[in-house]
Amino acid sequence: MTTVVEARDVVLSFGETPALRGADLVVAEGDLLAIMGPSGSGKSTLLHCLAGILVPASGEILFDGRRVDRLGETERSRLRRDRFGFVFQFGQLVPELSAQENVALPLLLNGVRRAAALAEARTWFGRLGLDGLEDRRSGELSGGQAQRIALARGLVARPRVLFADEPTGALDSLTGEHVMDLLVSSVREHGITVVLVTHEPRVAAYADREVVVRDGRVHSLTAEAIA
Amino acid sequence: MTVPLTLLGLLERAPRHGYDLKRDYDAYFGRGKPLSFGQVYSTLSRLARDGRVVISDLEPGEGPDRKRYVITDLGATEVDAWLSEPVAAEPHLQTVLFAKVTLALMLGRDAEAYLDTQRAAHLQRMRELTEIKRSGGLVDALLADHGLFHLEADLRWIDLTAARLDVLAEEVRS
Repeated sequence: MTTVVEARDVVLSFGETPALRGADLVVAEGDLLAIMGPSGSGKSTLLHCLAGILVPASGEILFDGRRVDRLGETERSRLRRDRFGFVFQFGQLVPELSAQENVALPLLLNGVRRAAALAEARTWFGRLGLDGLEDRRSGELSGGQAQRIALARGLVARPRVLFADEPTGALDSLTGEHVMDLLVSSVREHGITVVLVTHEPRVAAYADREVVVRDGRVHSLTAEAIA
Repeated sequence: MTVPLTLLGLLERAPRHGYDLKRDYDAYFGRGKPLSFGQVYSTLSRLARDGRVVISDLEPGEGPDRKRYVITDLGATEVDAWLSEPVAAEPHLQTVLFAKVTLALMLGRDAEAYLDTQRAAHLQRMRELTEIKRSGGLVDALLADHGLFHLEADLRWIDLTAARLDVLAEEVRS
């Protein structure tokens, strides 16, 4: 088992409010891991630390054995751009860009030529059932369509790890199910590791395993615990 | 209780031999729990005795499979009434989960660890059902969804109970 991302005794507070109080987590290559927990438990904060968006006050974050928490903002930004993909609850598409340009964005930021980036982005529209929506702006898309565009954007650069924070949180059950089906099929096809934050058990059930964050610490739920 | 009415419902689609009826039942409703031929024929006999089905013709040959069953007006009325009535919304106030948590708290055991173990067991089953949904047809998905929503309801209860354990412990120990 190759470890891709790891948190070791991570502590982080927002002002006087502790969010993580010694969180430990190991994510293996190809893992589809769900992080669950009640609101305010620290699950999204943990994802942001693992993804190099936040830097913990103490503890270690590692990606491929390399200390992410010791990197400067510029290096972390490059790491996020080069190796990670992201899907957030509300898609967060750039409203000024077309759907196709939104999907191509990670490639453009990585220096891929515009024509090549747009062509690669175009291939994801067919895969995710989005044909015909290439020229639409985010305001012209339904919630489910926007989230599939966001998923395509998260996957287009073939990231090593996809971080998904409540990716179906704003969708109805059926649409959310469709997005999760596409997410699982796509990451399996491309061997992408996934860290998925959700408070919904039906979404967590798409993962290989799950952990629960409670009071800023990670509790593992394993099949062994059941036996 | 539902087997006779389900068989009647299948007969309303079209008259059937017992063998075909069993095959239809197992395909849609018997997932992991197929009907035995004995149960099919004894149920059909009772339905015939009570006037809910009649035997339309006896084809030449051996065995009960040669009988062709047809639903009567009485049987159709019962199917219609059954399909219109809601199933009792059972409150399940005395579940095993509830009993285990309460007893664990009374005895000063680790109720939180039990709830974590139960959560893992529920999620494992939800994973299995999700896989059935992803790999099966729409009928499988419909069945799996029913199980998934019930398990999810249990999980919500587990989460809420976990958040209330301290207060609950005080109440049951006093």
